[in-house]
Amino acid sequence: MPDSLTKFIFGRLTWESLPLHEPIVVATFVAVALGGIALLGVITYFKLWGYLWREWFTSVDHKKIGIMYMVLGLVMLLRGFSDAVMMRLQQAIAFNGSEGYLNSHHYDQIFTAHGVIMIFFVAMPFVTGLMNFVVPLQIGARDVSFPFLNNFSFWMTVGGAILVMASLFVGEFARTGWLAYPPLSGIGYSPDVGVDYYIWALQVAGVGTTLSGINLICTIIKMRAPGMTMMRMPVFTWTSLCTNVLIVASFPVLTAVLSLLALDRYVGTNFFTNDFGGNPMMYVNLIWIWGHPEVYILILPLFGVFSEVTSTFSGKRLFGYTSMVYATVVITILSYLVWLHHFFTMGSGASVNSFFGITTMIISIPTGAKIFNWLFTMYRGRIRFELPMMWTVAFMLTFVVGGMTGVLLAVPPADFVLHNSLFLIAHFHNVIIGGVLFGLFAGIAYWWPKAFGFKLDPFWGKVSFWCWVAGFWFAFTPLYILGLMGVTRRMRVFDDPSLQIWFVIAAFGAVLIACGIAAFLIQIFVSIRRREALADPTGDPWDGRTLEWSTSSPPPAYNFAFTPIVRDNDAWFDMKKAGYIRPLSGFKPIHMPSNTGTGVILAAFSVALGFGLIWYIWWLAALSFVCLIATAIGHTFNYHRDFHIPAAVVAETEEARTTLLVAQG
Amino acid sequence: MKRFGALLLFPLAGLLSGCDMVVLAPAGDVAAQQRDLLVVSTLLMLVIIVPVMALTVFFAWRYRQSNASATYTPDWDHSTKLELVIWAAPLLIIICLGALTWLGTHLLDPYRRIDRIEPGQPVTQLHKPLRVEVVALDWKWLFIYPDYGIAAVNELAAPVNQPIDFRITSSAVMNSFYIPALAGQIYAMPAMETKLHAVINRPGTYSGFSANYSGSGFSGMRFAFHGLSDQAFDQWVAQARTASAALSRDSYLELEKPSENEPVRHYASVDPDLYGAILNLCVERGKMCMNEMMSIDAKGGLGLAGIRNTLPLQYDKLARRGVFGNDPSYVASICTAEEAAAAARAAGDATSTDWRAKNLSPLRGAGLLKPGTESRRAEADTSSLGLLRREL
Repeated sequence: MPDSLTKFIFGRLTWESLPLHEPIVVATFVAVALGGIALLGVITYFKLWGYLWREWFTSVDHKKIGIMYMVLGLVMLLRGFSDAVMMRLQQAIAFNGSEGYLNSHHYDQIFTAHGVIMIFFVAMPFVTGLMNFVVPLQIGARDVSFPFLNNFSFWMTVGGAILVMASLFVGEFARTGWLAYPPLSGIGYSPDVGVDYYIWALQVAGVGTTLSGINLICTIIKMRAPGMTMMRMPVFTWTSLCTNVLIVASFPVLTAVLSLLALDRYVGTNFFTNDFGGNPMMYVNLIWIWGHPEVYILILPLFGVFSEVTSTFSGKRLFGYTSMVYATVVITILSYLVWLHHFFTMGSGASVNSFFGITTMIISIPTGAKIFNWLFTMYRGRIRFELPMMWTVAFMLTFVVGGMTGVLLAVPPADFVLHNSLFLIAHFHNVIIGGVLFGLFAGIAYWWPKAFGFKLDPFWGKVSFWCWVAGFWFAFTPLYILGLMGVTRRMRVFDDPSLQIWFVIAAFGAVLIACGIAAFLIQIFVSIRRREALADPTGDPWDGRTLEWSTSSPPPAYNFAFTPIVRDNDAWFDMKKAGYIRPLSGFKPIHMPSNTGTGVILAAFSVALGFGLIWYIWWLAALSFVCLIATAIGHTFNYHRDFHIPAAVVAETEEARTTLLVAQG
Repeated sequence: MKRFGALLLFPLAGLLSGCDMVVLAPAGDVAAQQRDLLVVSTLLMLVIIVPVMALTVFFAWRYRQSNASATYTPDWDHSTKLELVIWAAPLLIIICLGALTWLGTHLLDPYRRIDRIEPGQPVTQLHKPLRVEVVALDWKWLFIYPDYGIAAVNELAAPVNQPIDFRITSSAVMNSFYIPALAGQIYAMPAMETKLHAVINRPGTYSGFSANYSGSGFSGMRFAFHGLSDQAFDQWVAQARTASAALSRDSYLELEKPSENEPVRHYASVDPDLYGAILNLCVERGKMCMNEMMSIDAKGGLGLAGIRNTLPLQYDKLARRGVFGNDPSYVASICTAEEAAAAARAAGDATSTDWRAKNLSPLRGAGLLKPGTESRRAEADTSSLGLLRREL
């Protein structure tokens, strides 16, 4: 085949692009391939493809989409955590002239991939999944405002994840750090495909995130049950609303800045190059104008989870609901006024630095108020230390330390000595693990019975809890200390042998966390095996306070046979107190959206488009782009968008629940 | 778990006493002031953090379900007084911290000349600052001493108790210049200059490095910083002057090529214009400097015809990293102010007919072409053109 033809067909993709010379990657590939083949084999053997396609992949049911988001987050957590363990191992052994076991080409990809995956493909899907599952149930809605868009958003997120995973085995990932600062990420210094994988994976996933943000805002604004005024919304719904406002306002900035970087790399513009008027500092500003709200996008919904959990398990109304809501809104607004604290050291003047330092500190006021609100919710309560509550208390003790070191880093002169050090790494893991991850585990343990009709096994949950909490402190306390010893981040080898002991302790912490993850997986497995014993037929296992606990577990496709009417903040608690009686007759047909495979197809074309652009396979890019547009237009001619669940079916479903409840007594 | 944690404290304390917390015990006055701010802020925040943590543990224990003797008020959810306290307490702390921040940030602005050598010893006229020009290269550090005409790679020395004025830039990508014992860090960025003012108070050897990831050789981008007595510093300078190498533009271009874990190297002399050329991306001879281009642009630019001039000026060199082979890159220069002014006039008059273009002798490579030339590449291949300007 002539050279030019090969080049036309495959772009810059050649046999050399496959990392066959990296034994670690090859071994990983073999393991993933075998695992993947086994999984596909099992699905085929049990003839599950039709079921998965009809009931899950094409589903527009917010509950199923929420669960799929969680599965995606979990799978990607395993990948992101493997990266973390590899880094910890490298840093624990690369002393005394040893190069460790990773060369810089591999190591630099790992820390970039770890950051990108953990933020975009672990934390974001987990958070979005939780909001997707819970919000419509909490506001008494039957689905989100735009069910098809929801399915499409999910598959776009999966598309981005697929591109990141592909980079492991085809080509390479970026070697730039997770925010890909130019000029390093420019074509001049990163000519390979790594940064292109980064750009297109985030662009594809970013479409999903933005649309899902629009969808949830609209849902919360327009679809609340009658009587649920804004100030009667559950706190989780409030924090979700604020998070989605942040998503909609900030992700377009990310999309824009990555587009500019892509233009620099693909068509030779000079937005962020060193010469021709390009200015890399502009990129740093723009990416953090997205990046700082992003950390609040991650944490705010979990603040909501902690509010729900604290109130439920303390058996008390949430203390200071109003100030909680205002605190959330204040954080939302302030999160746009602090981005510069990520680069005090870029040479801004003292006045600019102190302005952004002080705005950052101001955020700690509403955050502190929230902590106090949870504290006073516990005060004079009857606290049941079930798993979600354990995670909440661990969060409160862990997060305040992370918050304190965060405020410390917001003091510019202190930041000058700690910026980019392992102290910073310890700080943001302290708030992300101690806040986001602990919150997710609390949320998962809390809403799992709602999603599946049985509780999670508490023993393995506690094993996981203690491994995580202890592992976190073992892994990150040494990093705080190393930061104070002036050790910077992203180092691959070290000269000073006295540092080694700290890295060994940190590696031990990572092993404990690995046990925590394993225990979590075992917990899920054991719980599924013991689902009969753990079953909760009531639909309200925790004596819940919000509307999601009023329906069955798992909820029927239509969520609520009758739209509930809200009279108080804790709507379901209020209904229970007022002696609510479930209506047993008078059901009407329920209008529901139909499933569609268009989301999967559009996302598949987007992945192909991304892949074509990454490898300069222009025909593929053009073709998939045309297909993408054509499919999108084609979908507008799909008139089979909705159906009615007949009243008889609703009556039958509700009858089944009645039988269950009666059997329960 | 908590008891377990207490047991752990003993070996931890032992470990901590064994390690060198340079950030908490620096040898330079600026870093020491930064440390003080760090400590004061931490203490200030502990005022609220410790009670919160204690209350969390206490409430969690006191109001556990099994403790039937504790008060239970399921509907109590508001107290204006408490709300005032929980908003006011953090607010007060932040007001104090904000004031500290404002003062500290201005006092410790790295761009500001230091006004004391150490507590109680102000900077006087007798203290002549040592000027050091710092260039972050891939992946090593170049230190130029303009007052002494010497330079060093991966080694920095300064006399104790003398103010140091750093001017910092980078050759290719972003780095961060950081000597924890001396002062906080500041980014080193290509085509831009950052500044740092500091002083070292105790003699000794300290480590310095890049604190911003810059590519594959990043881990080895370390250097020793020597705080020396005056005599020792003079000796160090004298020793550097005995080095055989000189840092010219050509040897700089050789040095600039990416390399990892470079040994210490001294240069007995330095091209006095080199730092300015590095900063303005014009170390290669005949290349237009950024400041020249910017001053032309500030005067309105060269118009449409000037676009041709910018095409061959690419700085982010793929060729330098051996990526796309040695594709020739062409450069042109407007070397003097009159020439620049003339070019601007030419561009301004480009629409009028009373001027004739003239080819000057080639500088190095091809620059601006005659308006209307069809093939830039063909022209560049046959005859290299220099600057095009109006006949004066």
